[in-house]
Formats: sequence, structure tokens, C-alpha cells
Amino acid sequence: MEDLKKFLTGKVLLSESDTLPEATEKVLRQVRREKTDNAVISISSGTSSIIAGSEKTWSAVRSYIDYNEPGTELVKVGCTGPSNFEPLLCIQLPGKNKLYFRNITEEKVDPLLNGVFHNDINKDDLVGQLGNKGFELWPGIPFLEELSFFASQKRVVLSNCGCYDPENIDEYIARGGYSAYIKAIRHYTYEEVCDIIERSGLRGRSGGGYPTGLKWKQALNTASASRYLVCNAKESDPGAFTDRTMLESDPHRLVEGIAIASYAIGASNAIVFFRRGSEHARQRLQKAIDSALDYGLLGHNIFSSGYKLHITIRKEPGAFVCGEETALISTLEGKRGMPQLKPPYPTSAGLFGKPTVINNVETLMNVPLIMQNGPEWYRTIGTRNSPGTKVFAVAGKGRLSGVIEVEMGTSFRTILEEIADGIREGKKFKAIQVGGVSGSFITAESLEMVVDYDVMKENGVGMGAGGFVIIDEDTCMVDLVRYYMEFMRNESCGKCIPCREGTGRMLEILESVIRKPTDEDAGTTLERFKGVMQLETIASVMKDTSLCGLGQTAPNPFLSALKNFREEFEEHIFDRKCRANICRGLRTFHIDVDKCTGCTACASKCPVNAIYGTRLQPFFIVEEKCIGCGICYDICKFSAITVK
Amino acid sequence: MYNILFLMSSDIETIIKRYKSGRREDLIPLLQEIQDDCGYLSEEVIVKVGGFLGLSTTKIYGLATFYDQFRFFPSGKIQITICNGTSCFLNGSQSVISKIREETGILPGQTSRDGIFSYEIVTCMGGCNNGPLITVNGEYYPHVKPEQIPELIKKLRYVIEND
Repeated sequence: MEDLKKFLTGKVLLSESDTLPEATEKVLRQVRREKTDNAVISISSGTSSIIAGSEKTWSAVRSYIDYNEPGTELVKVGCTGPSNFEPLLCIQLPGKNKLYFRNITEEKVDPLLNGVFHNDINKDDLVGQLGNKGFELWPGIPFLEELSFFASQKRVVLSNCGCYDPENIDEYIARGGYSAYIKAIRHYTYEEVCDIIERSGLRGRSGGGYPTGLKWKQALNTASASRYLVCNAKESDPGAFTDRTMLESDPHRLVEGIAIASYAIGASNAIVFFRRGSEHARQRLQKAIDSALDYGLLGHNIFSSGYKLHITIRKEPGAFVCGEETALISTLEGKRGMPQLKPPYPTSAGLFGKPTVINNVETLMNVPLIMQNGPEWYRTIGTRNSPGTKVFAVAGKGRLSGVIEVEMGTSFRTILEEIADGIREGKKFKAIQVGGVSGSFITAESLEMVVDYDVMKENGVGMGAGGFVIIDEDTCMVDLVRYYMEFMRNESCGKCIPCREGTGRMLEILESVIRKPTDEDAGTTLERFKGVMQLETIASVMKDTSLCGLGQTAPNPFLSALKNFREEFEEHIFDRKCRANICRGLRTFHIDVDKCTGCTACASKCPVNAIYGTRLQPFFIVEEKCIGCGICYDICKFSAITVK
Repeated sequence: MYNILFLMSSDIETIIKRYKSGRREDLIPLLQEIQDDCGYLSEEVIVKVGGFLGLSTTKIYGLATFYDQFRFFPSGKIQITICNGTSCFLNGSQSVISKIREETGILPGQTSRDGIFSYEIVTCMGGCNNGPLITVNGEYYPHVKPEQIPELIKKLRYVIEND
């Protein structure tokens, strides 16, 4: 163990030439598990795998190989991407290509491994094989990169995800990790590193798309005794899990990215602001930081360069607004996480009044790649003004979901149809929601739009942090907008009036639109109509006058839904009808007299006694009493109850 | 009872001692660590932390109530977390939430009178293709349907009561 550490730090990281001698490469291949005499089984171990039961699979595989194939190596790797395939299991027999199997639950382990070790492969659960030079291929089995889920992606930032053991620093170094960082601190000045990043055209991946190199330079050019780098790993948008997946699968690349960024701005303290609830990812990152410290990659006088760096992890105490730069700084200073007026920007006066650079996880994950391959290489990926790739967390009603990465310039149609494989259960597509709670909707007409900061901005769609929620016809847009507004109302910090009162008022009006109309007098109806007319005005005032991004973008989902689905709003308001049958208050139930057998099941379960009738005779529902809960609809065995 | 209180306060002393410098920015990590240890922030703890950091109790209470994480009474023996991310919402987490509210008779963040149940709603747990998703004391329950909730609650209550 100690020998390997000495070898990796001395022969690999400190090597001056670009190509390593053959003897060194041979050892590295062994560390990368490319040349082994025994079979290697790797099981994914991210949060989505654990939810699907990968821990049980792991122990089943463990007991199988202990009993039948004792020499086999068993590794926990990160997430490969598609969460529908979890638990994903990969088997590499000596000298052969890797085979991937999906949904391998506990009970499938024994038959599967029996088959593989005795040359009888079960094709049902097989995903494909992963090719590698110099390995024997499996005839008749498709390649992983040919599957449409992978073929339309360009995996650069995610290239290591699912390929190595995230808790093993040796493997990361053997894959070329940390060499860019060591090269930077030994050979480049602060300005040179900033220059390289600026030339690459990397833009902040947190939504605004601010050029990263420029931000670093601003902090570097502010005279100060100390500077700070903060990695914002607090993705708290509902439906976004890109940062967490990257941290669970490839924490070392983030550590390297933080280290390079800190060096570029001359900071000796870096803080990772971590989301609450991602305990698994936090442990992995902590382990990565500890082992980097052990290898001398962090700490004092790193590799005799005179540079020192400490990375600490801080858990967020739970407030959505803390994702905003100035609120984040307030939280780190031990105050309430409330946003401040900008300027001064954090790059001139941030944490404890010192220049601070705040970057999110995805931005920093790009940095080691640029340092390793050069800014010109980075420019070849993506579009002219937005080079590189974008990671999305595809969720919702698509057939496949998971973390994906596409080149900038890919159309939303490609992501929807090829990567997510269309809509589940043959339903009709309605919209894609990008950018989390403050994002906008992309409808069928604008699917040709491409992923690019400027193109999306022109169309009034914010890139956001990576949420990509697919919505089908079964979703009521008014209800969805109400859900986002409720979230915003709860998370508004209360500092400025437009946001505090505006979110509350908008939620009130939206709730009145979907509430049951029965016991409504003329006065409340008038109030509702007046309110509805005010919605757009409130939204525009909030947009113009709120203090921070949260308030300014809070009305976005509403405005975007109103623009694209106006008829749905009008149906709710004037016809008092919900076409998706989601809004409980607007549902009415009827009993089909021909089908009803008079079994009394519905009448006995009705919470408000709105169902009347005589036993063995058709029953009927009193509409005025009905609260639209739908219990009768669920309980009827004869499908005699219809919903309108 | 006295013994338990005594033990707790000595625990807090050791946690506080670890934060030697006593600066304002230590406040949140300190409160987080105490809550991880004791499960909640009692009045006594807030007074003690205030004395250590030289901050008024109202300031600390104001900060702690601002953030969702901090709680001021013990959580139940069974802690349920319900995911209400967009994907779970689209798949029907709202009816799961209302069913759990109905069955336990409490609101999110509260603890039931018998001290068995407490639940909270979180934004996204990352199991977006397994929605609606809940966890019970850290164990995942994917694809939960509202009609399964009464039985689950009954089973959990039975386990605790007969323990």
C-alpha cells in the first residue's frame, strides 16, 4: 500500500514528460483493473442504486463468490447514469470485454453469475458490452455506446462515473487524475491558470452562465491578504440530483477542480457548502479529501511548491435561498441566510469581507479536464459561445431517467426522444420543465431549441442547474404551477416585500382557482375573478422589484405556463374544469346506473355521506356534498363510477 | 429522568469544547452537531450555546427557526421522510402526504403525542424513477401508493408498541 502511494506520487504525478515509461504504464493498468487474471464484478452504489436495492445485491454477490469463485474481485463503483437500470452490475472476465446487466436484484444474482461463469449468458437482463482495446469481444452482444441512451450523449464530465471505485484515490490517479493539478501548481502562475480557463470559454454551470475565468480574475485582482473559494454543492431544486450523483461517483475530480480553482485565485481555504440529506455523497467527498491530504495533495507546502490549501465541508442547515451567493455567504458567517444587495459582488468583498469565488460542482468538475487537455480541446466541444457539455438530471414521465450529459448544441428533441426514449405508457407529451422551481416550460413547438446559454436566453428559458422534468398529458399545469408557488412561498426568506407578499398572494389566488366551487357566494366569485386578473401584475412587480434571484424568478413557471397553456388556465377559471382530472376540487363523480349493483361499498366509505341509495339498487352522488376525494372511484369494483 | 438530563449536558460540554475559538461562524455547525447528538435543541442547550458564543438567546433562536433543519422538541421513534420533488409530485406524492397526515394526525415537523411518529417533507432524495418515495428511519420504500399507508403505519406502530 505504502509502496503504491510512493510510486504514484513519485513516478506518476511528478513525471515531467507527457508519456509514461512502459513499466509504469503496466502498473497503472493493473491499478485500473484492466489487466487482471481474475474476474472483476462491479456494482453501482449511488443513492439511486441503494434505493433500488444494490446493497442487498452486493451481499448476495459477495456470498456467491466466496463460495463458488473465490478469486473474483468485487468493487463498488459510482452511478453510470440510467437510474431505471439500477442495480447495475458489470462483469469483466479476464481478457474479455465488460458485460453490463440491469436490474440485478438479490434473487437474480445466483442464476446470473452461474450463467456467466459457465458461458451461458442470460440475455434478458443484458444491457450490452463495453469495448476496450486489446480485449476479446462477445459476439452478438450490442455495444453499450451504441444504445440510443448513450449514443446521443457526450460524456466528458461524467467520463469517470461508474468506471472506478470512488473511494480509491489510487485508481483516480491511475486514470490520469491530479496530474493537471500538480502541473498547475509547479509550472503555472495564478494568472496563467486563470488565462487558460478564460481561453477555454468555460461558463458557470449554475444558470447564469457567467464566464468562469473572468470571475476568477476579478477575485485575483482584488488586493487582499486572503481569499476564499466556495464550492456550492447545495442543489436543492426539487427534481435535480446531478451534483449528488457526480459527487457519489467521482468525488476526486471535484477535489481536483477545487484545488486548481483555489490555486488560480490564490486561496488557501476552500469550503464545500453541502446539501443536507446527501449523507452518502458527503461521506465519499470527505473520504476523498482525507486521502488527498494523506497523499500530500492538500495541506501545507504541496509537492514542495510552497502552496497550501485546506478544504472543509460545511453542511447547509436547510433553506432554499442559501443557494444564492450572498445568502450563502451569510450562512457561512453564522447568520441568517438572507441575500444582500449587490454590488459589492462576492469577488471583491465576500466571505468575512474577503474576495470570494463561488462556483458550483459541475463548473469545477470541468476545470481538471481543461487543464489536462488544453483550452483548444475544450473549444472543439459544444457551440461557439457555450463550449463544453451540460449535465442534466432527467426525471418525470420519460421512459428512462437518470443523469445524462449532452454536448452544447444538442436539441431538446434529441434528449427527449433518444435519451429518455419518449414518454412512458404511450402517453402524450406535454412539456419539459428545465431550470427547477424557477425555470420555464418547453412545449412541443419549441423542442427544436438547442442547449446553449444564449439561444435559451433569447427564448426566455433559463438553463438552471440541471433539472429536466418531463411532463405528460396526465399532469395539470395549474396544479403544477401551484406546487412550485407553494415551494417558493415556503422558501422565501421574508427580507423583501415583493417576494414575501407576492409569493403568498399568488399562491392564494392559484389555490382559489382550483378550489371546490359549491359553497361559494357571489362575493367570493368576484374576489376570485379580481385575483386572477391581478396575477400577471403581481408577477411583473415581483420580477422587477425583488431583491434577489429567488424573488425575481419565482413567477417564471407561472408566466411560462400562462404563455403556453393559457387555455388550461381559462378552463379552470371559467369552465371550472380540470382536463387532467388532477385538481380534486374540480372533479365531479357520477354513478353509471347500468353498472352499479348497489353493493354499498362506496356509500359506506364516503367521508361526507354524499352517496345515497337503497341496497341492491343503483346509488347516486349528491354533487353539492361531494368533496371530490375520489375514494368511491378507487373502491368501486364494477367501474360504475365515472369522473368528469 | 434526572440522570438523562445530567448525561446530556455533559455531552454538550464536550461538543462545545471542540469549538475552542468561539466565533460567530461556529454557531451553525455547533447547533448542527448538538442536534445530531441529542436529536433536538432544548432551551437549556440554546442558553448554554449563547453563553459560550456571547450571543443573546433570542438571536440564536431567531437563526435556528430560520433554517428548516433545527427542531425544538424530540423527534418520534419512527421518522418518516417523504420526497416531494417534482418527479415524485408528478407521480402522486401529494396524496401520500395527505394520507400520512391523516393516519398520524400530525403536521410535518411535529411529533405525535405518543412520541412514535414524526415526519418531514423534503425536496428531492434522488430516486426520481422510484417515485413516490419515502424513507422510514433511513430505509427506502419506493413506489409507495396512498392505499398502502394505513397498513404501513399500523405495522410500524405495532413494532414499536411491542418492543
